[in-house]
Amino acid sequence: MANDTIPEIRIQAEDFDISAEIAKLTEGRGDIGAVVTFSGLCRDESGTLEALELEHYPGMAGAEIQRFAKEAIERWDLCGLVAIHRYGKIKPGENIVLVIAASSHRQAAFDGANFLMDYLKTHAPFWKKEHLIGGSTGEWVAAKDDDDNALSKWED
Amino acid sequence: MKLVYFSWIRERIGTGEEDVTLPDGVDTIASLLDWLKSRGEEFEAALEHPDVVRIALDHEHVDDRETSLEGVKEVALFPPMTGG
Repeated sequence: MANDTIPEIRIQAEDFDISAEIAKLTEGRGDIGAVVTFSGLCRDESGTLEALELEHYPGMAGAEIQRFAKEAIERWDLCGLVAIHRYGKIKPGENIVLVIAASSHRQAAFDGANFLMDYLKTHAPFWKKEHLIGGSTGEWVAAKDDDDNALSKWED
Repeated sequence: MKLVYFSWIRERIGTGEEDVTLPDGVDTIASLLDWLKSRGEEFEAALEHPDVVRIALDHEHVDDRETSLEGVKEVALFPPMTGG
């Protein structure tokens, strides 16, 4: 039977509350046995970074994340999935991204969250630019081969 | 047709979006990239390594550079993504 779980996808400038998102996902549900949460934060790059600026492609970002979220739901038979990605200026220590995967048993939730994060890194249309301490604008963050290589583990 | 640019491609070109009328013969991604490069030094700088540039047609990634642009309303040009 097809899994008709609808993922909750949000692209937003404001921060998110991880506990509140988990509570919202699990409230009133008796079928969820495992919740795996991943959150990605802005690093200070050894004290050199003032902020990251995240640019995104509004028309595409939501649809693209939706596509991979649905694939994760189908593939691991997840019973809940949340993905929130922020844009705009984000300071070290602040949240950038949140993925919550819920399933009956833990392995599916671990794998579903891991899969979705690997795809978010490489396929969601977001770009990070560094703003350095001292006011200078740094470089656009370069894509990493490691992130592309991480995808290979999800190939059939 | 609407063209949209992101990240350092947007910065090098100097605008985030524009409406263009494609000249005759510009009907695939490859020919669009060639034509764009001929539009001035800012385009030349943005597209100096065309293999790095990723393309989305109407919000969907397309890898094959021979893909037709027929019926396409929006073409996006951007570098590899660095979200997450």
